[in-house]
Amino acid sequence: MATETTEATTTRSVIGAPIKRVEDPRLLTGAARYLDDLKLPGMAHVAILRSPFAHARIRAIDTSRAASHPGVVAVFTGRDFEQLNPLPCAWQAAGTENFVVTPRALEIDRVTFTGAGVAAVVAETHEAAEDALELIDVDWEPLDTVVDVEQAVADGAPQLHENAANNVVMDWECGDASGVEQALAAADVVVEQRLVNQRLIPTPMETRGAAAEYEPSTGRYTVWMTSQAPHVMRLLMTAFVFGIPETKMRCISPQVGGGFGTKIFLYPEYVLMAALAERVGRPVKWMETRRENYAATTHGRDHVTYLKVGASRDGTITALKAKTYANLGGILSTIAPGIPTTLYGRMLSGAYRIPNIHCQVLGVYTNTGMVDAYRGAGRPEATYVVERAADLVAAELGLDPVEVRRKNFIPADEFPYDPGILSGLKYDTGDYEKTLDRALEIVDYDGFRSEQEAARADGRLLGIGFSTYVELCGVAPSAWIGTGGEGWGAGLWESANVRVHLTGKVVVTTGSQAHGQGHETTMAQVVAGELGIPVEDVTVEHSDTLGTPFGYGTYGSRSAAVGAVAVYRSLQRIKDKARRIAAHMLEADPEDVVYEDGNAFVKGSPESAKTIQDIAAAAAVAYDLPEGEEPFLDDTAYYDPPNCTFPFGAHVAIVEVDADTGEVDLKRYVAVDDVGKVINPLIVDGQVHGGIAQGVAQALWEYAAYDESGQLQTSSLMEYAIPKASFFPPLEVERTETPTDVNPLGVKGAGETGTIASTPAVVNAVMDALAPLGIRHVDMPLTPERVWRAMRDAKA
Amino acid sequence: MTAVSITVNGVRREAEVEPRMLLVDFIRDQIGLTGTKIGCDTSQCGACTIHLDGQAVKSCTVLAVQADGSAVMTIEGLAQNGSLPPMQDAFWEKHGLQCGFCTPGMIMSAVELLELNPDPTDEEIRDGLEGNLCRCTGYENIVRAVREAAAHPTAVR
Repeated sequence: MATETTEATTTRSVIGAPIKRVEDPRLLTGAARYLDDLKLPGMAHVAILRSPFAHARIRAIDTSRAASHPGVVAVFTGRDFEQLNPLPCAWQAAGTENFVVTPRALEIDRVTFTGAGVAAVVAETHEAAEDALELIDVDWEPLDTVVDVEQAVADGAPQLHENAANNVVMDWECGDASGVEQALAAADVVVEQRLVNQRLIPTPMETRGAAAEYEPSTGRYTVWMTSQAPHVMRLLMTAFVFGIPETKMRCISPQVGGGFGTKIFLYPEYVLMAALAERVGRPVKWMETRRENYAATTHGRDHVTYLKVGASRDGTITALKAKTYANLGGILSTIAPGIPTTLYGRMLSGAYRIPNIHCQVLGVYTNTGMVDAYRGAGRPEATYVVERAADLVAAELGLDPVEVRRKNFIPADEFPYDPGILSGLKYDTGDYEKTLDRALEIVDYDGFRSEQEAARADGRLLGIGFSTYVELCGVAPSAWIGTGGEGWGAGLWESANVRVHLTGKVVVTTGSQAHGQGHETTMAQVVAGELGIPVEDVTVEHSDTLGTPFGYGTYGSRSAAVGAVAVYRSLQRIKDKARRIAAHMLEADPEDVVYEDGNAFVKGSPESAKTIQDIAAAAAVAYDLPEGEEPFLDDTAYYDPPNCTFPFGAHVAIVEVDADTGEVDLKRYVAVDDVGKVINPLIVDGQVHGGIAQGVAQALWEYAAYDESGQLQTSSLMEYAIPKASFFPPLEVERTETPTDVNPLGVKGAGETGTIASTPAVVNAVMDALAPLGIRHVDMPLTPERVWRAMRDAKA
Repeated sequence: MTAVSITVNGVRREAEVEPRMLLVDFIRDQIGLTGTKIGCDTSQCGACTIHLDGQAVKSCTVLAVQADGSAVMTIEGLAQNGSLPPMQDAFWEKHGLQCGFCTPGMIMSAVELLELNPDPTDEEIRDGLEGNLCRCTGYENIVRAVREAAAHPTAVR
């Protein structure tokens, strides 16, 4: 059964090749089916009434006028779903009490942020549902609000929840408090800075949506949703909200138009659609508007940090202390407490040997939208603190920020490295100098400093900024992150099933859930490389709990370092079985048979090879198999990683600040990343580009603004500064390759590096530009107004 | 209800529509061509960009009744006979898309951009796409794709 193949796609070299994505043709032609493209027979449309107040009691809701509006099927309020449990909080901060309040399908008697859902209209058309919303009469009792995270924990602040005194969700710490105090007391210099990591609105181009149908004869729900983790959605909805077996629900994520973390979580609307489908006895669909997305989908970041760094006169950092107020919004999203604790505090050593670290995090309720993981999730906030710390130390001591970094880098020969605050995990592999050296070479660092000197003499404000980051990917060893460790309420392994059909064509099903990352291509490359077959012979399926093995989904840069490794492990067992069957066909000892590039043959006799297609056919028809061998080449693997992986790199930004207006011009952006082995460089470059754009946007433009009453001022794309193409210079991206020893593919993960690294690089560059004015720090986003004010104040 | 007759991708479509119906809803819901996307409610994102009588417009800013008698081209109309025209092929080649949600609108804008300026500079490409937002690519590979399409303009259209 010969298949025509080219060398490039049949050898192991396919792993690492810049192959065009196999998922693209359907996306390029408009054929891909996203949630809103779904039309179910008899489908009704749902619109949701949302709270206009950030803090209010619901005295009563009168739905009678809405219910009699033409086209309306039914109107529901929170009381109609009282029997459903509130949504679960699946990741609570470990080692401390968490005071948890989570949303319900519809809130019943109180709301704590603008945008909370309180009633739902089911109608024949979307328009009728929207129209009827205006006919629902809610008797609101507005309450006092607090939106500022530091004010929220102060005495006398409005209290959002009865169980959360002073609005504190949790008070968590890591590191050595007394060691840090001693080291700070002994340090030559101590630098202090208050750092605001502002709230961001993630803004995937596709908003959220859900559709559902219910089959009364079986009691089974089918829920379509814009999710990064359909298996987890099913688990949370059935086991925690509905109290039914998992087998009574099927969850499907169709084509998903970006997520950046926001589509990891269980939201009230997903529960609501399932419940409504049952109540009205027909399929229902809700598609979020952009305004709803801004109000009711999770936001990201929002930390205020008080930083103290101790250092010796030569730039050696001896202590880092951070007290962080993490704003978690009016009510808790699915994994909100885990983000500013495990994924933030435990990464505060950065790429440096810092002997004494302590971090305290107060998670806080305020009358603002929910905050949870947004691309990078905790690690961008940690990297911002550490990389700003390095520059603040350099500025204080009059040292070159590059030299401060070199002085403190974890040396390449000290891996695996235990930063002391990772609760037992160690940085796997690294060579931090190498990426920095290459980045300096690309930007011609010495040349730039000369140019800068000349520019400064002309009154021009030119600056260069660095971010030599390390991050944590491939989440995570289940025992480390789980309830006995970091508080995550489940495991974090990943799964894959590989089936080689009779014709030699391969189907992989994975518990990962792509939403733009190109898993269908990346995983096909792993299969093609390992089995020695063309990429075109591999189909990767995901997104439906029916027909895919349980998986935890796609986030935390885990789909290559965990998901693809599950595929790899499955393939090894497939190859072992293929060798046994080939040995039987060749009348040889299995120990003497090798499998290479799609052929199994007796060592030294490749001319007598059986192709994978021959073997797959023999396995499938099962006429003549070895004694005791089961038919078919089929294997399912569950891979629980022994460690996380730790990508690193050096990002450099060059900016010019307009001395009159404060406008920042990003002139050059250079990134040298090391994400371990690369399966598809085209895809990895794309991930890095996109990440950089989001991180740069935080530094310069984006900011979710609430007024004092809790009204979101940046409530649509008219006000919130999503960058356009013209905002960026060409992005110069290179790589070094230091494989991880955590997994056999050597891959670390690349989905978040750009976002994690780029924000401090840009801020450091702007501060370098403003250094002649004596300015050390300005909080993000560095809009012309903020920079202009800082320059004006510095001159005064 | 108002009667409209709109030619979409070369096929004449007649329908009774509500006067408030947006052209994008006519295309998606009435005709069932769902390649055109809705990404915002304020005409910022450009995901719904189509060609109306040869001009790239955001179909959420046009009422279906305003398009009466006009010719509409959507992303589904670009690719003919199973082969990808240069712009779509260039987006594929240069990895100019990730989640794909902005892609149909982005491509419709990019096609018009090259019709108006067949050999644009990078700056002209970036300025020309200012009505289309992408959150995945940082625009880097989109710019490369448009440049690639400009260099290989053997248009199918």
